[in-house]
Amino acid sequence: MGYKAKFRVWRGEGGEGKLEDFTVEVNEGEVVLDVIHRLQATQVPDLAVRWNCKAGKCGSCSMEINGKPRLGCMTRMSTFSEDETITVTPMRTFPVIKDLVTDVSYNYQKAREIPSFTPPADVRPGEYRMQQIDVERSQEFRKCIECFMCNNVCHVIRDHEENKVNFAGPRFLMRIAELDMHPYDVADRKDLAQEEHGLGYCNITKCCTEVCPEHIKITDNALIPMKERVVDRKYDPLVWLGNKIFRR
Amino acid sequence: MERHEYDVVVIGAGGAGLRAAIEARQQGKRTAIVCKSLFGKAHTVMAEGGAAAAMGNVNSDDNWMVHFRDTMRGGKFLNNWRMAELHAKEAPDRVWELEAWGALFDRTKDGKISQRNFGGHEYPRLAHVGDRTGLEMIRTLQQRVVALQQEDYQVHGDYEAYIKVFAECTVTRLLKDGDAISGAFGYWRETGKFIVFDAPAVVLATGGIGKSYVVTSNSWEYTGDGHALALLAGAKLINMEFIQFHPTGMVWPPSVRGILVTESVRGDGGVLRNAQGERFMFNYIPDVFKDKYATSEEEADRWYTDQAGNRRPPELLPRDEVARAINSEVKAGRGSPQGGVFLDVSTRLPAAEIVKRLPSMHHQFKELADVDITKEPMQVGPTCHYIMGGVEVDADTAAASVPGLFAAGEVSGGMHGSNRLGGNSLSDLLVFGRRAGAGAAEYIDGLAKRPVVTGVEEAMAEALAPLERAGGENPYEVHHELQRTMNELAGIIRRAGELSEALEVVEKLKSRAKNTAAAGGKIYNPGWHLAIDLRNMLLVSECVAKAALLREESRGGHTRDDYPIMSPDWRRKLLVCSAAPDGSEVSVVEKVQQSMRDDLITLFDRGELSKYLTEDEMAEFDAALAGPLVAQKRES
Repeated sequence: MGYKAKFRVWRGEGGEGKLEDFTVEVNEGEVVLDVIHRLQATQVPDLAVRWNCKAGKCGSCSMEINGKPRLGCMTRMSTFSEDETITVTPMRTFPVIKDLVTDVSYNYQKAREIPSFTPPADVRPGEYRMQQIDVERSQEFRKCIECFMCNNVCHVIRDHEENKVNFAGPRFLMRIAELDMHPYDVADRKDLAQEEHGLGYCNITKCCTEVCPEHIKITDNALIPMKERVVDRKYDPLVWLGNKIFRR
Repeated sequence: MERHEYDVVVIGAGGAGLRAAIEARQQGKRTAIVCKSLFGKAHTVMAEGGAAAAMGNVNSDDNWMVHFRDTMRGGKFLNNWRMAELHAKEAPDRVWELEAWGALFDRTKDGKISQRNFGGHEYPRLAHVGDRTGLEMIRTLQQRVVALQQEDYQVHGDYEAYIKVFAECTVTRLLKDGDAISGAFGYWRETGKFIVFDAPAVVLATGGIGKSYVVTSNSWEYTGDGHALALLAGAKLINMEFIQFHPTGMVWPPSVRGILVTESVRGDGGVLRNAQGERFMFNYIPDVFKDKYATSEEEADRWYTDQAGNRRPPELLPRDEVARAINSEVKAGRGSPQGGVFLDVSTRLPAAEIVKRLPSMHHQFKELADVDITKEPMQVGPTCHYIMGGVEVDADTAAASVPGLFAAGEVSGGMHGSNRLGGNSLSDLLVFGRRAGAGAAEYIDGLAKRPVVTGVEEAMAEALAPLERAGGENPYEVHHELQRTMNELAGIIRRAGELSEALEVVEKLKSRAKNTAAAGGKIYNPGWHLAIDLRNMLLVSECVAKAALLREESRGGHTRDDYPIMSPDWRRKLLVCSAAPDGSEVSVVEKVQQSMRDDLITLFDRGELSKYLTEDEMAEFDAALAGPLVAQKRES
């Protein structure tokens, strides 16, 4: 059942740090986060890691395991061989605070820059009527647990700090798509997506979709349709005019 | 030291905290939200089933009175009836309001918010989004906070002019000026630096205490902070003996033991079986519920399609009943291989339907246990899930006995009596979160002058102590021992001897906790944080064990092996905990529960009430039936 695993964990703070080697016990059915917790309890009490629900629902324990963005709580130890060294590092796109904990404030800043849900002024609470089929598109995006791994993996900002100012990342471009597809949202979000939040930077390599722990089809269902809506607007003035006039 | 002035400080950023903060800000108060995790990660995200609100979208017979009755029944009539009344009346408005803030609930065919069945609710009542309703709620409230910040930016050029989130910040003490609240003291988890909030009103919305137990569905944040902060500030806790063990937690693999399997599995048709394949819940229908639950599998199965002509399946009994039944089956040797029972939906619904209705459960079992719930049954067992007990508050304003202190959500006590119905938590957060925010705003408007912050030096010394000690106890070990003790000696089934033993252990752990040492520095140091949290967990555990020892009956989330009967005399008694400012001298005293208002008690049948009430109370009931209030109601 149990065995000793080799772990290599990034440790450090204030811009400095290095990988440290540990040998740690692993039991049947455990996930990487369990092993990190065992390290805390037995060897390095001040090892910093974020976590909450331990069931893949809160998106706190995002980290890079053998170079891949993963949730620590959803990465089972049985997916590795017993002699494999498992390397655990913080998300690369965000500045490290300490050990595995990064400063993700970029994400909260971007969230704030996107105009909120804007319902028509004359619909009162309790009067909303929507068909299931019409809410399902946005519901898929609202499954997002904000682990920020899509933003972490996106090459537009992963090694390009300078792009952060003009690019909201897949998470928040998807948020714009979610609102744009909301049956009751009346705000105009297309120019905004393109001009303020850098939708044009995305060249649909689908890295975000691949790492999404909720299996949201970010590229296919949010980013590409959003690009199409923007393109329609840009190149077809009739469609644009029609939308303006007939929009509810 | 960093210092901030606010009107209202809300501690906790789950459903109740965010709803309270939104209300305080909407009433023009400058509001701080202080939370231990990142914004949007609070434990509310874990809620799966839904928010109970008698909107009557699926069955138009539903209304607040039916919801009120179900809530009181679920709590075995120990509930603060005024809270249950407000909750049942206001829940629909609170859910509809979320929709206006962007929430996207699942829909009925005619486009309204869909509602699902749940244990103890007479009609389909839970507004939901698949099985991730809590996430939808937290995100909607989070986005509402952002929307308000955007409004403030338009007017003041500063997003944080009126509402600011202090994320990854832990409050360790409430500060007072004489008897009244004057602020809060805490530290930034990220840097270890201290922070003082200067504020005349504090809303506690810190959730529960599950981390005092080994097997729990609760996250690390649930260390009873608000319960302890209130006690230390001189407020009182009630009903601390009542802890809900959710009947269906995962039992395997060990690392996920305790993680929740939503009650919706049963609401949508899932059944419980023992190792012999028997649907055992039919053997556990208690007398008080005899005429409301099906006695044969055939009738139970018919209920899913015809609720008017059949009684409910016993799998949908209130949570305390189901948890005890599973516990008994396992103890009798009829458990599953890993020590639970089987919860099967695979033979009950088509695979595609399971994936659609229970996407998170499907995902969770597949990823964490290698079990495909569309093909095989799950193994489940009870897990520490929710504490009914908490800060004693005024129902209408959520005010605690200490001026300036308010509490809402799981940290408050009374609403759910001895047992909470599933789905009543999310609605509780919204209804009383809003009331706490409004209560705090009203309190501030009535103040002649701002109270003055005191006690900062002492609070700082207390927080620093574990860092300054060398060679003390390992906080992780003290924590593990507390968890084992509470699980084994003050868990789902209790006995006087074991509870006394638990109290002895807690006493020893209290002195060990005073001697914990945290290695490392102040920057993001989980060992230090845990050493500080231990004070709260121990204090709350002491209240739980002391109250459990005193209550010599079995009711809801409190089962005494040595007093198995529910006693009408005990129904009228609440157990009230208080402590000295240093956490010593925890005392528990009895207090008489207020009688229900005439127009509310007469919503129940005489026959039903007679199972719960004393003979004296029944005489009062008969008088009420003949009284003017009820006659008035009949006419209208």
